[in-house]
Amino acid sequence: MERRELLKMIAVLTGTAMIGGDLLLSGCGQSPTIGGTAFSTDDIRFLDEVAETILPKTKTPGAKDAAVGQFMTVMVNDTYTKDDQKIFHEGIGKLNDASKEQYKKAFLDITPEQRHELLNKLNKEAIEYNEKKSKADKESKDKKMPAHYFTMMKQLTILGFFTSEPGATQVLRHVAVPGKYDGCLDYKKGDRAWG
Amino acid sequence: MPENEFDAIVVGSGISGGWAAKELCEKGLKTIMLERGRDVVHVKDYVNANKESWEFPHRGGRTQQMIEDYPVLKRDYPLNETVLDFWVKDKECPYTETKPFSWFRGYHVGGRSLTWGRQSYRFNKWDFEANGKENIAVDWPIRYEDMAPWYSYAEKFAGIQGNRDGLDVLPDGDYVKAMEMNCVEKDVAKRLQDIYKGSRHMIIGRSANITEVRPEQKRTNCQYRDRCWRGCPFGAYFSTQSATLPAAMATGNLTLRPFSIVTRILYDKDTKRATGVEILDAETNKTHVYKAKVIFLNASALNSTWVLMNSATDIWPDGLGSSSGELGHNLMDHHFRCGASGTVEGYEDKYFYGRRPTGIYIPRFRNIHGDKRDYLRGFGYQGSASRGNWKRDVAELGIGADLKEALAEPGAWTIGITGFGEMLPYHENKITLNKNKKDKWGLPVLDMDAEIKDNEKKMRQDMINDAKEMLEAAGVKDVRTWDNPYEVGMGIHEMGTARMGRDPKTSVLNGHNQVWDAPNVFVTDGAAMTSASCVNPSLTYMAMTARAADFAFNELKKGNL
Repeated sequence: MERRELLKMIAVLTGTAMIGGDLLLSGCGQSPTIGGTAFSTDDIRFLDEVAETILPKTKTPGAKDAAVGQFMTVMVNDTYTKDDQKIFHEGIGKLNDASKEQYKKAFLDITPEQRHELLNKLNKEAIEYNEKKSKADKESKDKKMPAHYFTMMKQLTILGFFTSEPGATQVLRHVAVPGKYDGCLDYKKGDRAWG
Repeated sequence: MPENEFDAIVVGSGISGGWAAKELCEKGLKTIMLERGRDVVHVKDYVNANKESWEFPHRGGRTQQMIEDYPVLKRDYPLNETVLDFWVKDKECPYTETKPFSWFRGYHVGGRSLTWGRQSYRFNKWDFEANGKENIAVDWPIRYEDMAPWYSYAEKFAGIQGNRDGLDVLPDGDYVKAMEMNCVEKDVAKRLQDIYKGSRHMIIGRSANITEVRPEQKRTNCQYRDRCWRGCPFGAYFSTQSATLPAAMATGNLTLRPFSIVTRILYDKDTKRATGVEILDAETNKTHVYKAKVIFLNASALNSTWVLMNSATDIWPDGLGSSSGELGHNLMDHHFRCGASGTVEGYEDKYFYGRRPTGIYIPRFRNIHGDKRDYLRGFGYQGSASRGNWKRDVAELGIGADLKEALAEPGAWTIGITGFGEMLPYHENKITLNKNKKDKWGLPVLDMDAEIKDNEKKMRQDMINDAKEMLEAAGVKDVRTWDNPYEVGMGIHEMGTARMGRDPKTSVLNGHNQVWDAPNVFVTDGAAMTSASCVNPSLTYMAMTARAADFAFNELKKGNL
């Protein structure tokens, strides 16, 4: 990331700063914690379905095509602090509990429509939570409210998907070697963004 | 000639070391270039140059392990997965901080010429006059006129793209065809021109990326990948590897020795000349001596001074070049990390193609042309306009196919500018040898003791307020300012600590970059700087090095060294 890119990094993904090894957070004297709790293949399957609900396959590939579940586990283990890892792991249980409460079934057993409805609700909950967190964090200098597990899942899904080969080349447009620069290209609604 | 004897020794292989080697070799001097780190072979060793985002396990981010391993680098953007092999391993090469100081180093052939930002500007005539006129520190012993031909010489060889904008505050050079502003930048530039009636300008950032093929240098023009700092397989930006090293090698006069930590300059008190250097082989821990008639110190500002501090201590306890009491003092950097950004309405039917490796530049307008502020000197801005991508804030969009479709299209245009300000040379901002702490090789480390003071703090207020004012005046909406913590060193423009001057009593080097106490030792990297200007300094090191090498060669011919 070059200096000019800093600006773009400051733009936040999901109403809150990127969780994990982010340059805005890591300078704050948090001590790093290395290694993580193992994820099971069931966890990965679960995370794949969460990701697919957030960014589903349409005419173009979805999160499962990009193996986003697997990517999330790598990022949580390698880039998250111990505290954030715990939130994420517990989040898998919480998400399942929310499904059971609403549909009397585990998340993997409900229909795609129900999954969408459930995650939409959790997304709203997370956004409201982040608004409160943002205010509280500003007021209290040293103690920050913990992150919301759904924010973590959504951030990692978006990051993992749009930087994946299917996401970057089939959903976005990717040109490895542009060869020239045009600073005033005509654009019409529907043209895809550069990956 | 015995195998450890050369005409010239160059210590360091970064931007200025590469230039010294090229110039001395082209004049026919048998030269050895000593580099403390490993070799990095052009193209072959740019291991990440052609990787796509999905080929990085953390997509170019940073892991907790990296944060643990790089306690310094983690403080800012340099720590990430894509260029880790071009930064020093912090733990092998520690330093101490009486005051916080970020030191981002590249210990390998090419040094930071591989990772530099490539912005290339000339100092203006006021930059060389300001110290003398304002009675700050000491006067530069040279003026713009002394440097102008050497700036041209350096620009022509390095290949700098830019426009001749005709601004006295930012003198024009010898450029290759300029890169283009995008349509939003062009529009904002025009509005600023109208509003400020020609007293403030937004121009394309002049950078060391070539826009025309150079077969004689085996360099291809820029391919607009914007992955410069992973090393360019096209040789499209200036680095030691792409430009100066092949030129030096082509003469047959260069010997390159990696893994060579120069520990001291050997000095003969009878002839009052340096006789050579002692090195520690970083791999074998063995000591070797190399002899030469001329020595160029280009180890990067603070390490060049470290070498001097370690040398000739039997005559001067504080090191070679310390007789003035200024060695290690007057440390400078450029302070930055503050500015403003906002959203540009309209232009929904415009986009861009390609990833341009430069941005826009707003040259200094404060304390110049009759403007007078409550601080000295000034600042410039770097920035760019762009359309939002999938990273943008779309919290309101929820989840599902709608989110995916929305993120697959570009967002609104935004523009942001970051100030880069001049830092004054303060005697008390200094580095010293800390003999109580040793690096991996048992060598004493540097202690850093520097901070920005009132002048810089006042300037930062203008850097923030002016950024907001200009963007708003140009019609940019939702302008937000930022002021992120800055500690000295973060600009990665370390300057001073062996300054040039007119008087051996108050400076370390003379007007030809010769150490007053040892005239066959030249220091032509950031250490030599008497003041900092607000423009990026590397082009000045290139020009200064070529100028000093020419002088050294002529003096050698005359028998004066």
